[in-house]
Amino acid sequence: MADKLRAQQQLEQLQARYVGTGHADTTKFEWTSNIQRDSYASYIGHPPLLHYMSIGMGEPKEKVRLRMIEKMIQPVGKPPEVQD
Amino acid sequence: MATTSSMFMYHLTVQPPTAITRAILGQFSAGSKDQLLLTVSGSRLTLHRPDPGAGKIPAILSHDVFGIIRSISAFRLAGSGKDYILVGTDSGKITILEYLPEPQNRFNRIHLETYGKSGIRRVIPGEYLAADPKGRACMLASVEKNKLVYVLNRNAEAELTISSPLEAHKPQSLVFALIGLDVGYDNPIFASLEVDYTESDQDPSGQAYDDIEKQLVYYELDLGLNHVLRKWADTVDRTANMLFQVPGGTDGPSGVLVCSEDSITYRHHNQDAFRVPIPRRKGLTEDPNRRRYITAGVMHRMRGAFFFLLQSEDGDLFKVTIDMIMDDNQEPTGEVGRLKIKYFDTVPVASQLCILKSGYLFIASENGNHHFYQFEKLGDDDDELEFDSDSYPANPVVPYTPASFQPRASQNVTLVESINSMSPMVECKVLNLTNEDAPQIYSVCGTGATSSLKMLRHGLEVSEVVESELPNLPSAVWTTKLKRDDEYDSYIILSFTNGTLVLSIGETVEEVPDTGFLGPVATLAVQLLGEDSLAQVHPRGIRHILADGKINEWAVPQHRSIVAAATNDTQVVVALSSGELVYFEMDSDGSLQEYNERPSMRGTVTSLSLGPVAEGRQRSSFLAVGCDDSTVRILSLDPEETLASKSLQALTSAPSALLIMPMKDSSSGGSTLFLHIGLYSGVYLRTVVDEVTGELVDTRTRFLGPRPVKLSQVTVQGEAAVLALSSRPWLGYSEQQTKGFMLTPLNNPRLEWGWNFSSEQCREGMVGIQGQSLKIFSVENLSNNVLQESIPLQYTPRSFVRHPEQPLFYVIESENNVLAPATRARLLNDAPTNGHTPDLPPEHFGYPRGRNHWASSIQIVDPLDAKSVIHSIDLDNNEAAVSVAAVPFTSQDDEVFLLVGTGKDMITSPRSFSCGFIHVYRFHSDGKELEFIHKTQTDQPPLALLPFQGRVLASVGTDLYIFDLGMKQLLRKTKSQCAPQLITALQTQGSRIIVSDVSQSVTYVVYKYHENKLIPFADDSTARWTTAAAMVDYETVAGADKFGNLWMVRCTTKASEEADEEGAAHLLHERSYLHGTPNRLDLMTHFYTQDIPVSVQKTSLVAGGRELLLWGGLEGTIGIMVPFVSREDVDFFQQLETHLRAEDTPLAGRDHLMYRSYYAPVKSVIDGDLCERFMLLSNDKKHMIAGDMDRSVREVERKIQEARTKVAF
Repeated sequence: MADKLRAQQQLEQLQARYVGTGHADTTKFEWTSNIQRDSYASYIGHPPLLHYMSIGMGEPKEKVRLRMIEKMIQPVGKPPEVQD
Repeated sequence: MATTSSMFMYHLTVQPPTAITRAILGQFSAGSKDQLLLTVSGSRLTLHRPDPGAGKIPAILSHDVFGIIRSISAFRLAGSGKDYILVGTDSGKITILEYLPEPQNRFNRIHLETYGKSGIRRVIPGEYLAADPKGRACMLASVEKNKLVYVLNRNAEAELTISSPLEAHKPQSLVFALIGLDVGYDNPIFASLEVDYTESDQDPSGQAYDDIEKQLVYYELDLGLNHVLRKWADTVDRTANMLFQVPGGTDGPSGVLVCSEDSITYRHHNQDAFRVPIPRRKGLTEDPNRRRYITAGVMHRMRGAFFFLLQSEDGDLFKVTIDMIMDDNQEPTGEVGRLKIKYFDTVPVASQLCILKSGYLFIASENGNHHFYQFEKLGDDDDELEFDSDSYPANPVVPYTPASFQPRASQNVTLVESINSMSPMVECKVLNLTNEDAPQIYSVCGTGATSSLKMLRHGLEVSEVVESELPNLPSAVWTTKLKRDDEYDSYIILSFTNGTLVLSIGETVEEVPDTGFLGPVATLAVQLLGEDSLAQVHPRGIRHILADGKINEWAVPQHRSIVAAATNDTQVVVALSSGELVYFEMDSDGSLQEYNERPSMRGTVTSLSLGPVAEGRQRSSFLAVGCDDSTVRILSLDPEETLASKSLQALTSAPSALLIMPMKDSSSGGSTLFLHIGLYSGVYLRTVVDEVTGELVDTRTRFLGPRPVKLSQVTVQGEAAVLALSSRPWLGYSEQQTKGFMLTPLNNPRLEWGWNFSSEQCREGMVGIQGQSLKIFSVENLSNNVLQESIPLQYTPRSFVRHPEQPLFYVIESENNVLAPATRARLLNDAPTNGHTPDLPPEHFGYPRGRNHWASSIQIVDPLDAKSVIHSIDLDNNEAAVSVAAVPFTSQDDEVFLLVGTGKDMITSPRSFSCGFIHVYRFHSDGKELEFIHKTQTDQPPLALLPFQGRVLASVGTDLYIFDLGMKQLLRKTKSQCAPQLITALQTQGSRIIVSDVSQSVTYVVYKYHENKLIPFADDSTARWTTAAAMVDYETVAGADKFGNLWMVRCTTKASEEADEEGAAHLLHERSYLHGTPNRLDLMTHFYTQDIPVSVQKTSLVAGGRELLLWGGLEGTIGIMVPFVSREDVDFFQQLETHLRAEDTPLAGRDHLMYRSYYAPVKSVIDGDLCERFMLLSNDKKHMIAGDMDRSVREVERKIQEARTKVAF
């Protein structure tokens, strides 16, 4: 039992340190949100990629960057209703 | 296994990226007050020394860190005289650098501390970097959650120390901006703009999302307790995107400017909020309701005052100032009174603005050329309307009347220099339109009205000083001083076939009589001997003109004449037609003494050269003799063994010119004596002369052109250089950073003769004979060996195609969110006619914008004669051009038509459109005009068009169509689904078609003519977001993807052969493999480039060079991939790469192998950029590496240099 508890604690620690670490009950919403947030962070972090998108959109890089961080707040729409 | 792969490529950067993503100013070199500019482009850090006098910003150091540089900041420790550089990269490490000025001229890494995983991740700091203005701490933050604070200090030895990191993490919060607050010497505070999404992630109703607030958060580093606390947080405008530091301490009120949509707010924890709107442009074509964001800005302090220049997304600069409340004695109280904003000027949209103390403004443009402006005034007393915070509510939700201004031509800044930038490059092609010996690179780049078609050629820019016509055809020209210690040359001596002319250099150039020179004979050489006497060598003898006018003559023996001569300060050697060499040396009383022996050469002497007399020596100890038996001999001139043969080199042709001269050399670390040899066949050789034995070692060869080579020594930028003349003039010089030898053609027509020239007006020039005229010119910039010509275009180019025969280009251009010309005209017509609207050139002010509007055109460009756009066609109906092709139709007797694919009402994200069209145009008057014939509607915009077997292949979404040309429209012949997502490009060879998909790599498709079917038969196992692809051979495709990888995939021989077998049944009935085509492609090579390649082409780049793959990147990079021919070379370079990875670890701490394997492990590619860093290593390391590889340093360097010079520049 103690082992199980420790494993649980370790997992929680991991989840706190490394954002996006999943668990047995990860929902689709959590998982897709996490992927999307990772993607947006990557677009922002790679200067040529951000530039590429800004040219396609016809907008300055700063506006595209802002829009992407804004999208990271709720990348895949509203969370689902919790069913008890 | 990579090591046993059948294909190996060598990757080299021909032109580094030109886009600047970050730029900072600082006094980086110790003991110098000079402000240096440090820019970041791609993985390169480049240091510039702005030269306000000349209005230029030449680069002094460029360093590839082999990592993605994301943020950069300068800081200075209190009391220290120089700035350190903080770099945030993808290495998961904090890097602190210092610059070591000349003679070292390099970056030195002081600290490298790991804090997280490498790579660009959401929660690994590095995206944001802020330093305390007093240099006591810095904060690194990631987009989400993590923030680390490092305390910077100095130890007893005045060395910079760094603490272990202090954490200020906050889970589920996103950071929009981060700066260091100016708080004087109080505890350092960092301010960030944050949003917490914890609640919105839990609330299914969406209410929490709507209620989200953006917060300005202060993090205070308590230096006493050594921890970070969240000191203050307050809600700011939901749209806020940027922060700017407001000076604090004694200089100002401290705090931040929070920039958001349509407004700028001053915030600080102990002050009220003050808010001003961002003025909107007035104008008939402007939407009065469009709100702007601030996208860049800079704060500048000067003599106790400060101001901000903030730039809106249109490029308008606004000057923002803060008024303080004054007390009774008119002293500022520290309380902010109001915030003021007014229009300053309009400049291109910047990714970074820098104001230099010397009164200049550097603009690192987001798109297009970077600009260097000079301030004329600071907009203090103009009549521009000023808006202040008294008239506007501080609360962001309270409505207010928008402010507006009238944009005008710039008054406050004037452009001093525009620095060429290829970024963003949209497409490039290598073509030889000018019929020179080497092809040129044509590329379309830029966005909006600043876009351009650029032509690149290998060469050095020449600035012409004088060109003057001569009465006769001269054969040679020399310049000479009259006295050894003269600063400048005094005479120009011209030799004609039967006469010599002496001109004086001064205010005017005119003929001088009575110089002592023999007039009616041709001259072979002119030399200043000793202190102040001159020697003229002519076919009949040597004339020694002493300073007092006395003349000593030495005449050749009868029936002989002088055929070649070489001279230096104290020695003269002439070769007689009989093959004898006559050697003279100046004795102590200044007269020439002949050596008692006249050794005879086996053949006729074609050229001679004497080395220069080294400082403190009496003579040069070597004489090089070239004979028509295709040999060069080195003779000794030492008194013990005068004219004894030391060494001999056989050549492929007789030498036409020889030149012994010392040059800077990377292998020896200092100066080395070189023998330059020019051959009659146009080949140029450079060998090293061993200064002790006279042996010739390390010969390097280069073909210059089909004419005999002439050589002369010139001075460029204080260094000795060699001018080599063949069908084009070339300059051989030591590269400034590596000291490696470079040979670059000059941008000048053919010269018959060239010589060094120095006068008061032109210190380091050259004089040359070009046909019948005398030309004086100079080379000022050795750092850039690519010449650029630029032709402005109207809108952002999307693609271009060449006329099948004529040297003309058809460029399709389209601009998103911009009003079409027709809409603009309608708005202008509808408006009341009173009041005038100033004409705002779009190159400076941009086009009037409108959401979801498109402006698009097809432009015909003549890059050679007119060097401009000669015709343009605007598209209407909100159509935008997406693809172009010149297609010959068999049904029309192979007449070529121009086809342009367009999309109507396109929205980029999420992708939508109403339909697509294919326009057909007929060429008129040799392609200079286009006649519209008809257009055909398609379901989706046709993103790719390709001529295919006398018809056209068009991609519409995931389908491929074959169309033939009809009277009223294109006629559909066949259709097939060929790609999973969206086809973006097509290539073909025979009946094979390579289909690039936007996210699913490439698919091989075969067209069966008899069955009239398109059948996909091979695709890739990896999803690659293909941006460019080119067929390398029938089975192999080289491509690139959106994440910056270059790769090559190959179809198996079996699948390839099967596809070409007759009939279609066996292909149609083959079982699909894992939901794809029946066959899979094999990955041959893979390499991460950082930049996004937008074009890949198989071509050769220099005359007689091998074929290679050239790619052009979005950020302006041009790179090449060269296949290795031999296994030995692969082994050599693999070994070298391994050594360099260990001995020259990348500056920012990113592991080189990991960097090049960013998305997939690097495969079968050697990084030439890393190998070339060998030249920059210290001598010990060079010897160590070379020793480990059982080679000499010289051999290693030679291999590295030849890998480049044989195929590229």
